[in-house]
Amino acid sequence: METLLQQTVNGLVVGSVYALVALGYTMVYGILGLINFAHGDVLMVGALVALEAIRLLQVHAPELGLVPTLLAGLSVSVLVCMVLGYTIERTAYRRLRNAPRLAPLITAIGVSFLLQTIAMIIWGRNYHTFPQLVSTTPLEPVAGVFITPVQIAILVVSALLMVALMLLVNKTRLGRAMRATAENHKVASLMGVDTNKIIAATFIIGSALAAVAGVMFSSNYGIAHYAMGFMPGLKAFTAAVLGGIGNLGGAMLGGLVLGLVESIGAGYIEDMSFGFLNSSYQDIFAFMILGIVLIFRPTGLLGERVADRA
Amino acid sequence: MITLLEARGITKRFGGLTALSDVSLSIRKGEVYGLIGPNGAGKTTFFNVLTGAYVPDGGELVFNGTELPTGKPHKVVEAGIARTFQNIRLFRDMTALENVMAGHHIRSRANPFSILLQTRQAREEERLITERAYELLRYVGIERFADTVSKNLSYGDQRRLEIARALATEPQLLALDEPAAGMNATETAKLRELVQTIRHDGVTVLLIEHDVKLVMGLCDRLAVLDFGKKIAEDVPAEVQKNDAVISAYLGGHGNHKAGAAA
Amino acid sequence: MNELALAIPWLGKRNPAAARGVVILLAFAAPLIAMLFGKTWVRILDFAMLYVMLAIGLNLVVGFAGLLDLGYIAFYAVGAYTFAFLASPHFELHLPFWLVLPLGAGCAALAGIILGLPTLRLRGDYLAIVTLGFGEIVRIFLNNLNQPINITNGPQGINMIDPLVLLGWDVSKPLKIGEEITVNSLFQYYYIFLAFVVLSVVLVQRLQVSRVGRAWAAIRDDELAAKAIGINTRNMKLLAFSLGATFGGVSGGLFAAFQGFVSPESFSLMESIAVLTMIVFGGMGNLAGVIVGALALTALPEVLRYVAIPVQQALFDKVILDPEVLRMLLLSLAMIFMMLLRPAGLIPAYSRYSRPELVVGKEVGK
Repeated sequence: METLLQQTVNGLVVGSVYALVALGYTMVYGILGLINFAHGDVLMVGALVALEAIRLLQVHAPELGLVPTLLAGLSVSVLVCMVLGYTIERTAYRRLRNAPRLAPLITAIGVSFLLQTIAMIIWGRNYHTFPQLVSTTPLEPVAGVFITPVQIAILVVSALLMVALMLLVNKTRLGRAMRATAENHKVASLMGVDTNKIIAATFIIGSALAAVAGVMFSSNYGIAHYAMGFMPGLKAFTAAVLGGIGNLGGAMLGGLVLGLVESIGAGYIEDMSFGFLNSSYQDIFAFMILGIVLIFRPTGLLGERVADRA
Repeated sequence: MITLLEARGITKRFGGLTALSDVSLSIRKGEVYGLIGPNGAGKTTFFNVLTGAYVPDGGELVFNGTELPTGKPHKVVEAGIARTFQNIRLFRDMTALENVMAGHHIRSRANPFSILLQTRQAREEERLITERAYELLRYVGIERFADTVSKNLSYGDQRRLEIARALATEPQLLALDEPAAGMNATETAKLRELVQTIRHDGVTVLLIEHDVKLVMGLCDRLAVLDFGKKIAEDVPAEVQKNDAVISAYLGGHGNHKAGAAA
Repeated sequence: MNELALAIPWLGKRNPAAARGVVILLAFAAPLIAMLFGKTWVRILDFAMLYVMLAIGLNLVVGFAGLLDLGYIAFYAVGAYTFAFLASPHFELHLPFWLVLPLGAGCAALAGIILGLPTLRLRGDYLAIVTLGFGEIVRIFLNNLNQPINITNGPQGINMIDPLVLLGWDVSKPLKIGEEITVNSLFQYYYIFLAFVVLSVVLVQRLQVSRVGRAWAAIRDDELAAKAIGINTRNMKLLAFSLGATFGGVSGGLFAAFQGFVSPESFSLMESIAVLTMIVFGGMGNLAGVIVGALALTALPEVLRYVAIPVQQALFDKVILDPEVLRMLLLSLAMIFMMLLRPAGLIPAYSRYSRPELVVGKEVGK
C-alpha cells in the first residue's frame, strides 16, 4: 500500500512534466495538424541552456542565492527556447504548410536530429550533472510517503502554468485568435486574424513550456544530456494522444494518467510478469498505451469526434 | 422496368443532427436518375451512405436484388457501383492512363506471386488492362493525354478522366457527384453528351447536381431532398410543378437560383 | 536498370544504351576502384549494398504506398537476430544459410504483419509514431532479454555468427582461382550483395508496374479515392508493410553473416532515420533515386571522415566534429533541405506504373 502511494506521488510529478510538454504538441497539432517531432528536443535545449547559465552564474555571481540562480537560469532558457521555437516554425515548417502531408513530418524529424547533433557538438556526449538548487532530499514522510522539495516545486509550478495557459487561451484576444485559427485558417484570416503570427505565437508558447519542463526534468533527476529530449518527447506525445490531441485539458489529463500508469506499472511490472520483465522495461508502457489508445479510441479520452475532412 | 437500386428508409445521424431521415427511393435499370435539393439537404450524405463511406443508422440498400454491405467502399464497388467526387480526386502523380488502369484493380486477379514471377497470366492480364484503359480514355475523349500526369490536365479533362476511372471498375450504376460543378457552358454540353452515351451503353447513372438545367434536361426521373427528407420523386416535368419543391428552393434556408429555373 | 541509366546526367538522355553500359561496368568495377583507396573502402562498399537493399525495401513502404515507417530498422534487426540465433554458437545451432535467410525474411514479414494489422487504419503521422515506438520496443527487448533467460545476450550482442556458405563455398575465406588469383572475401561479399540488389530491383520493378504497384500509388496519392475504385486499402497496405519488412529481414540476415556479430546498437532509431534520409535524398518512390541516395549517403560520411578529420587537425589542432557527429549533421541537414528545396529528391525521375508499349502501336511518351 505504501509502495502504491509512493508511486502515485512519483507518477504525478513525472506526469505533470509530461503534461507541460504534451501541451506544446497538442497546441501545434490543433493548429497545424503537424506532429512537431522536434518538440522533445526543445525540452533538451531548455535543460542544457539552463545548465550553462546556472554554471556561469555560479562562477561569476556566487553571492546570488540558490533559488534566484535557478530562476535566472530558467528565464534564460525560456527565452532561448522561445526564439528557437519561432526559428523552427519560420524556417522549417512555414514553407511546407501546403506541401504533401509527409513533407513537414520528415522535415520535423530532420529538425529533431539537427538539434540533437548541435547539442552534441556543444555539450558533448556525456551526461552532465544538473545542479540541485532545490533540494532533492526527501522531507519527513507523511503516511509513509517520501516527497522532495523539488517534487513539490514541480507540482506547484506546473499547476500554475497550466492555469495560466488556460486563462490565456480562454480569456484573451490572443487565445481567441488561436482558437479561431485552429478551427479554420481561412475563415480566421478572413476575420482579420494574422494566422502566421498566431501560429508563431503557438510555437513560442509551446517552446517556453517545454523549456520549463526541461529544467524541471533535469532538476528532478539531476542530469542533462543531448538525447534526453527523445523519451520525454515521445511520452508527452503519447500523453497528448491519450488525452485527445488538439485538446488542452486532454493533454494535461493525458500527462498525469501516463505518469501514473508508468510509475505504478514500473513498481509492479516484475510481479505482473512473474519476474520475467523488470523495471528496465518501464519505457514500454508509454508505447503500449499509445498503441492501445490509437487502436481502440483514436480520439483519446477527451477528444471530440472529428468528422472526416473529406 | 427492373429496379437496380432500392433504398429503404435510410437514416443517418451526426450527433444530434439528422442528416437523412427515412429516405426511400428506387433507381431503375438503364435510366438517368437525378438527386437534387438545396445545400445541406443531405444529397452528399446519401451518396456517402450509398458508396459505403458512411454506415447508416437505419434502413437498407438493395442492389440487383441483394443487400449492399455498408461501410465497406471496396465491396460496394465490387457489387457494381462506381462514383466520382464533387471536388475531383485523381491520383495526382500518376498519368491519365495509369489512373484508369488503377480503376481496373477490382476486376483483375494478378497476385503478388504471379506478379513477381511474371507468369503468362499476369503478363496477359497486364496487357489487357493497358488496352482497356486506352479504350476508356478514347471513350471519354482524352486519349491524346494518356501519358500526361493527371495533375497537369485541364479541369474539364480531369472530370472526364475521373469518369473513365470509375467506368474502369465496370459498374452497373455510375454515381456522379456534381459533375458539372465549375464547368463552363461548352464543357457542360460535352458532359451531357458523355452521360447520354454512357447510359446508351447500358450503365445506369445517378446524378447529384446543382445545375438544375442540366438535371432537368438529362434525367429520366429525379428525387428532391430537403432537410434530410425526400419531398418528391417523379419525372422532371412533375417535379417542377411540385409545391413542396418550389417552396424548398424559394424558402428561407435555400438561397438558390434553382427556384427561378424550376 | 534503365531508370538508373537515365539518371546519369547528360549521357542518360542522349545515349541510353551507353549509359546502361556505364552503369553495369561501374557496378562490376566498383570494388576494384574502391580497392585503389584501400580495403576499408571495399568494406564500405559492401555496407553500401546492404543499405541499398534496405532503402529499396523501405521505399516500397514509404515511397510507393506512402506509409511513413520510422521503425523500419526493427525488421533488419529481426532478420539479423534470426540469423544469429540459428547460425552461431549462441544456441549451438548452425543451420545452413539457404534455410536461415528465408526464415529471417519470413520472421520479418510476420513482424510486419503483426505491427501492421492494428495500426494501418491510423492516419499517416500517427503511424509514424507507432512504428517509431515499435522500433524502440524491439531494441529495448534486444537489450534486456538476457535475463532471467538469456535469449539475446543483452547489450553485448551475439558473436561468431556463421559466415555465408553457399554449396560448400565459404564466402568469408579468400577464393583461389587457378594459381595466380585470389579473391578477397570482401570482394566476394560485394558480388553476392550485388546479386541480391539486382534481384531486388527486378522484383520491385515488377511490383511497381502491376495492379499492386498501382494500388499502392493510388493509396499514397488519395486514400479515399483509392477506396472508391474498389481497392481494399487495408490489405494492400498490409502487403506493402510485410513485403517491405521482408527486404529488411533479408538484408538483416546478410548483415549478420557479413559482420559475424550483432548487437542492439546497430538497430537504433538513428539507423531507421538514416535509411529514410537516403530515400528522401535520392527521390522518394523512384528506384534510381533511392539507389543513388543510399550509395551517396553511405559514402559521403566516410569521405568526410577521411577528409574532414585531417582538415580539422590542420586548422584547429584537434578534432571538433567527430565522424559520427558529421554523419548525423549531414543526414539531418539533408533531410531538412531536401524537403524544403527539392522535395522530389536528387533524381526527380517520374515513376511509372504502366508499360504502354504492351499495347501494339503505343510508344512510351517519355
